[in-house]
Amino acid sequence: MSTASTTPARSRDRSLLGTIIHQPYIWAVVALVLLLVINLVKDPGYLGVAVNPTTGNLSGNLIDLLRASAPVMMIAVGMTLVIATRGIDLSVGSVMAVSGAVSMEFMSNAGDGSVGTALAAAGLALAISAGLGAINGVLVSIVGLQPFITTLITMLAGRGLAKVITAGQNTSATNEPFRWIANGTVLGFPVVFVIAGVIVAIVAVFIRRSALGLMIESIGINPKAARMAGIRPIGILISVYVVSGILAGVAGIFSVASVMTVEVSKTGLAAEMDAILAVVIGGTSLAGGKFSLTGSVIGALLIATLDKTIVFLSIPSEATPAFKAAVIVVICLLQSQRVRALFARRRAKAAPTDPGAGSPRPTAPRKESVPA
Amino acid sequence: MALTDAIVEMEDISIEFPGVKALQHVDFRLFPGEIHTLMGENGAGKSTLIKALTGVYKIDGGSIAVAGEPRMFTGTADAQSAGISTVYQEVNLCDNLTVGENVMLGHEIRGAFGINWRKTNEAAREALVGLGLGHLDPKQPLSSISLALQQLVAISRAMVAKSKVLILDEPTSSLDANEVEGLFGVMRRLRDQGVAILFVSHFLDQVYAISDRMTVLRNGEFVGEYLTADLDRTQLISKMIGKDFGTLAALGSNRGRVAAPDATPFYSATDLGRKGSIDPVDIEVHAGEVVGLAGLLGSGRTELGRLIYGADRPDTGEVRIGGVSAEVHSPIAGLSKKIAFSTENRRDEGIIGDLTVRENLILAVQAERGWARPLSRREQKELCDKYLVELNVRPADPERPIKNLSGGNQQKVLLGRWLATNPELIVLDEPTRGIDIGAKAEIQEAIAALAESGMSVVFISSELEEVVRLSERIVVLKDHRKIGELVNGPDVTAETIVDLIATEGSAA
Repeated sequence: MSTASTTPARSRDRSLLGTIIHQPYIWAVVALVLLLVINLVKDPGYLGVAVNPTTGNLSGNLIDLLRASAPVMMIAVGMTLVIATRGIDLSVGSVMAVSGAVSMEFMSNAGDGSVGTALAAAGLALAISAGLGAINGVLVSIVGLQPFITTLITMLAGRGLAKVITAGQNTSATNEPFRWIANGTVLGFPVVFVIAGVIVAIVAVFIRRSALGLMIESIGINPKAARMAGIRPIGILISVYVVSGILAGVAGIFSVASVMTVEVSKTGLAAEMDAILAVVIGGTSLAGGKFSLTGSVIGALLIATLDKTIVFLSIPSEATPAFKAAVIVVICLLQSQRVRALFARRRAKAAPTDPGAGSPRPTAPRKESVPA
Repeated sequence: MALTDAIVEMEDISIEFPGVKALQHVDFRLFPGEIHTLMGENGAGKSTLIKALTGVYKIDGGSIAVAGEPRMFTGTADAQSAGISTVYQEVNLCDNLTVGENVMLGHEIRGAFGINWRKTNEAAREALVGLGLGHLDPKQPLSSISLALQQLVAISRAMVAKSKVLILDEPTSSLDANEVEGLFGVMRRLRDQGVAILFVSHFLDQVYAISDRMTVLRNGEFVGEYLTADLDRTQLISKMIGKDFGTLAALGSNRGRVAAPDATPFYSATDLGRKGSIDPVDIEVHAGEVVGLAGLLGSGRTELGRLIYGADRPDTGEVRIGGVSAEVHSPIAGLSKKIAFSTENRRDEGIIGDLTVRENLILAVQAERGWARPLSRREQKELCDKYLVELNVRPADPERPIKNLSGGNQQKVLLGRWLATNPELIVLDEPTRGIDIGAKAEIQEAIAALAESGMSVVFISSELEEVVRLSERIVVLKDHRKIGELVNGPDVTAETIVDLIATEGSAA
């Protein structure tokens, strides 16, 4: 399994560092470190984390970064599972908007600012997000529509639905408990990050401790063979789209809670792109199959860092998409089999191969012999 | 070296994969106008040698010369541009394109406005006629023709690419006798035109019928190069397996263990059928019995096997399992009724390539238990330990991706997947196809042992001798219907079945 946490490969004499270096997301980690170093060069105090002596809250750029990465992390985790089944979920950005619109509209109508209202608003938003995910799942698994088309439809319909819910307005509401989700802290850490971390951990444990991970990968790698082995794909497909919907709903709550306003045409806009990029950067193939939740989380952190770095380096806003694209292209290139094979070949030429010390990887045709 | 005009000359080739010496000091020569067979058991290094020649694998030692010049290809495409084309075991064509488009792919004839389809199709037709395939319409979709014809289309494509060397890796493994004859006709025609053909097959009859020379490999080592006429079958087999033929001859027949007729069969179906795939069939399988399904390719034997397992949903018929009425409409339903089905289509419906041997092995057991109750580490290890040893899977490394195993070993892992579910009835669709004689004997023995232990077996094979040797009863199919049923006995031979098929089921 791609998280490598459970495989007996550990029992072979590989250090933790060795294990990390062989992960497909190693370049995302390198890029992340590199971006932080760039920021550090610009401002030597960049990585400083200050502790507020009275509240115990942590503050600083790193903490901002964790806060900013939470929504991307949520949708990236859902997207990973969907992509692993050979699907794609383009609707996550719109689901974010729907979730935001539902919660804001509910609270502005209730208007009492209590914890109960906040919980009810969040619960309703998540239920509707799950419903949208279920629609995707049913259309893909039972009706047999292409995931791309199906979720493109829900993407368009979802944005429309958000506008209908708020009657086209950018609805605002006042509710301190709800605002706390985005602005509060737990043990000094931002609440959004803590919630996101807990959710990722729950999903990861749930997927890898049950047989769901194995089944999702089987379906993604060879759907026919998976069916012949007795796996029922319908339930699993519906589940992954529902999970993706719910996580998008959570991301929607995160992103509206900080300003307590839903901007129906902007909330979650192009969020699906960030999520897909985070997944790809994390080393999960768009062709489906083996997936890595750890990789996607790192991908989400990288995207958030990239966004912040662009602002910090005061790169003109017109140039930001191009800058973002350039960084991502480089990472994807470094991950591609072909480019890696090229490097391996050059290294093999530079150092004479030692037949005894072949890498333990069995993939003969693309052997990545790492000279000791 | 008497002949100096070899088109391909490989000397002292060695290839090493991490931990495995795949090829050691292998020599291989190929001359224009000959059909040269590469012989060896599964894992002997036949495919590796082919991939070394075409540049898919990098060689660690030795030299390759093509037409006298030292060459090192970077891959199949590079080899093809030098006139070396490969037609693989499983045809690599584009199902969704037409026959003509497949033949001409990459060699389309261009006019002033892009591709000139009229001329391209004409050229495709010429290429097909050149191989005696004039009856094929270049405009029909590839998916509409049989696998055998698809293979010939792949060869036509190689000829359009002006290949001087044609590599045929297991081309006959899924063809029936007539189709094989058709293929051999094409091969002889090409040989007479001076094309050098490298042929790999597990069927000894075919090897002796078609090849001029053979090179034998064993465990990645070069055993020798022989003229076909100089080496008889027994000698060849002992060279391939490195020991004498006794073990095979000792594999006795199972005949005569017919179940008591009054016992309730484990599985019985009346009027089991599915529109467009097989007409309603009655079939019974008793505990501990091997029932063979015999018939030509396309006779409906696979389709019947799939209905028994639930891989396809039957639309007529009543099924009773252990005397109790049952519905088997999906693979998981089959599994829960203790039925297992080993597919003939290993790559598309069998293995999950990127997963490990362990994950592939436990998959069906896990599916039956459901996602919420995962097998523990210990249970997984027990299953792996048991079946990897019992079925002699090589290498016995559970953490290796299954796609890196040879075909025969993948087949053994799949057999393990089904046996791990403790089935009462196992449907084996061509379990011995495309694997070497040694592994074949191992699998046949395993089947006999399963039946001995009380399991019911439905055995599907295109090799009638094998069906006759293993089965107690034989259901004969033709043109998607059952034409008869034979109780095996001393007077039943492969000819009996052939006669039955030839006389159109008058015996039914």
